[in-house]
Amino acid sequence: MYNFLTGPLAWFSFIVFFTGMFIRSFFYLKGLDSSIDRVTYRVNTSRGLKEAVRSIFFWLIPFFTRGWRTQPLMTAVFFIFHISLLTSTLFLKAHNMILKERWGISIITIPDAISDYLTVTVLAMAFIMVLRRLLLPQVKILTTLSDYLILFISIAPFLTGFLAFHQFGNYKFWMLTHIISGELLLVVIPFTKLSHSFLFFFTRAQLGMDYGIKRGGMNRQKGMAW
Amino acid sequence: MNGNLLCTSNPVDDKETLNALLKDRRGEQYYDEMTRLEVNTAALQQLLNDTCRSRIRTWLGICAHCGMCADACAFYLSNDNDPEQVPSYKIQSTLGKIVEKKGEVNNSFMRYAMDVAWGKCTCCNRCGLYCPFGIDMGVLMSYLRGLLFSQGFVPWEMKIGSGMHRIYRAQMDVTVEDWVDTCEWMVEEYEDEWPELKIPVDKKNSRIMYTVNAREAKHYPDDIAEAALLFSIAGEDWTVPGEGWEETSLAMFAGDWEGATLQVKSVYDAMDRLKPEKMVVTECGHAYRATVIEGPYWAGLKSGRTPVITQHYVEWVAEALRSGRLKIDPSKKIKEPVTYHDSCNYIRNGGLSRCGREIMSYIAEDFREMTPSGEHNFCCGGGGGLNGIGKYRKERNIAQRVKKDQILATGAKLVITPCHNCWDAIRDLEEEYKIGIRWSFLKPILLGMVIVPEHMKSKEVLK
Repeated sequence: MYNFLTGPLAWFSFIVFFTGMFIRSFFYLKGLDSSIDRVTYRVNTSRGLKEAVRSIFFWLIPFFTRGWRTQPLMTAVFFIFHISLLTSTLFLKAHNMILKERWGISIITIPDAISDYLTVTVLAMAFIMVLRRLLLPQVKILTTLSDYLILFISIAPFLTGFLAFHQFGNYKFWMLTHIISGELLLVVIPFTKLSHSFLFFFTRAQLGMDYGIKRGGMNRQKGMAW
Repeated sequence: MNGNLLCTSNPVDDKETLNALLKDRRGEQYYDEMTRLEVNTAALQQLLNDTCRSRIRTWLGICAHCGMCADACAFYLSNDNDPEQVPSYKIQSTLGKIVEKKGEVNNSFMRYAMDVAWGKCTCCNRCGLYCPFGIDMGVLMSYLRGLLFSQGFVPWEMKIGSGMHRIYRAQMDVTVEDWVDTCEWMVEEYEDEWPELKIPVDKKNSRIMYTVNAREAKHYPDDIAEAALLFSIAGEDWTVPGEGWEETSLAMFAGDWEGATLQVKSVYDAMDRLKPEKMVVTECGHAYRATVIEGPYWAGLKSGRTPVITQHYVEWVAEALRSGRLKIDPSKKIKEPVTYHDSCNYIRNGGLSRCGREIMSYIAEDFREMTPSGEHNFCCGGGGGLNGIGKYRKERNIAQRVKKDQILATGAKLVITPCHNCWDAIRDLEEEYKIGIRWSFLKPILLGMVIVPEHMKSKEVLK
């Protein structure tokens, strides 16, 4: 079972994940249309690309945009959530050991204790995000069942990984559910709202190009005031 | 005409239909008929297939429902944080549903979508600056307006406005003859005091071709005379086109993409005919947005630019002050606290933030900036055509609360705003809330303080 989950099924998940991302990115770009979007992507492109990079960069740095600054608590929660989620997953010793074992590659790792703290942080931030959805009327009105489901799918690998690591109850059970939930997450990312993990860069770049090329780009000497 | 019906999915292309609509008091019959207007779902689906591409579909699809756009919206804030005013909710519950159901929506849904698209959003695009994913809900709302217009679900005044553009190439029934007559009349009206004043019509190869808002020709002709005076004082070589003189676009507000295209093409034709060095647009925000920012795309210009360089009036004024072509008498500068309101259409969507500040540095001693300002300025509350829609007057008045509070916080009693829509909105804001403010375009303020060359003064004045 373990070998199947970390062998063929892992391959399958990664293939779906990468192919799905590629296909969605490809069709996003293919669907951009200068006349319908009313942005000349191919005229004044360098100006547009410059603003595209700024548009992504400013929003990747906490408190760099006015939007992030006006909602400091949420900004903190969102950044801590995303940073903890990525670092604990990518740099976990156990993950890199499997990578090394299966494919002969590995990247830098962080001590298990730090990964553990980061995992708890992911869960804590997710809890705050659920509270936001339940308590804030402006978020509650937008929230659908699938928002909770997607958040659950996103944190399930962290919850199960945490339980497995600390050997609560049946270690084997938690390890298997951890692998399955991780693979499920990989598979759903390209086809749900979680596609924002890569489409974020495209949509931000697109709006950047819109502002850089068309909406005042030629008039703003210092670029858009994001 | 389409039988005797006023509310149909057909655009208004003839005077008979237009007049019938105009006779309908407050659109009562029009809105009554709208309750029975059938949705052509096949046509709606076809339009979606043709125009709803990856940008819009992705925006709708990846919205994380985080609610960060809420505080960005003047309607949300003005309506005491009403969750139904959250931009994402407004677009997801309208356009989102139409796309999700592939156009299979009914009459009452379309009327709800109309109430949202025109009564709860001015397409100021501010929310787009606050979405971490860069989802521009103003752009989405403009697109929704286009879908609604194609099916006839559009506010009465917007239907009339778009018809005006289609028939007169102006937002009001002002013909080319009326326009040229108005220019001549203004020259006569001002000749005693300003004997050298001229409004050259259709002069080729001028430095500037000046275009206006039809309201100026119809209701505020002095604005045209003031522009002419300032051009003369600055020693400009300028002209106005006979045809293609009107910059505005209620067709854009209406979501009438075809009408908007016809309108901007008339201006571009004038550019091609008169070959000016550049065009200057009057103090109007949406006119600039329509003709300079969006228009080239409607007209299919591959460069995405107008045929000749175009400036908003604030750019011309800033340049004239900087170069010394317009000189301000220091003793006549505004002494009292004064604030300045930018139109979203040329600030967020046109990048002209610096111009207003530069102008104020020349003309005001105590300039008080609103907070926030520039790209992050709030809409006056009346943009996107909302000022002109009787059905949503209450919504407009409420939406102005944010702007009212912004103005009050500056302590200034004078608001300068180089935009017709904003000017109207701030006038109405004073009428509604009575906060004791005055409001003005730039032109009258400048005329009151600019140094006039001797040769321009009448002999009477010189005595």
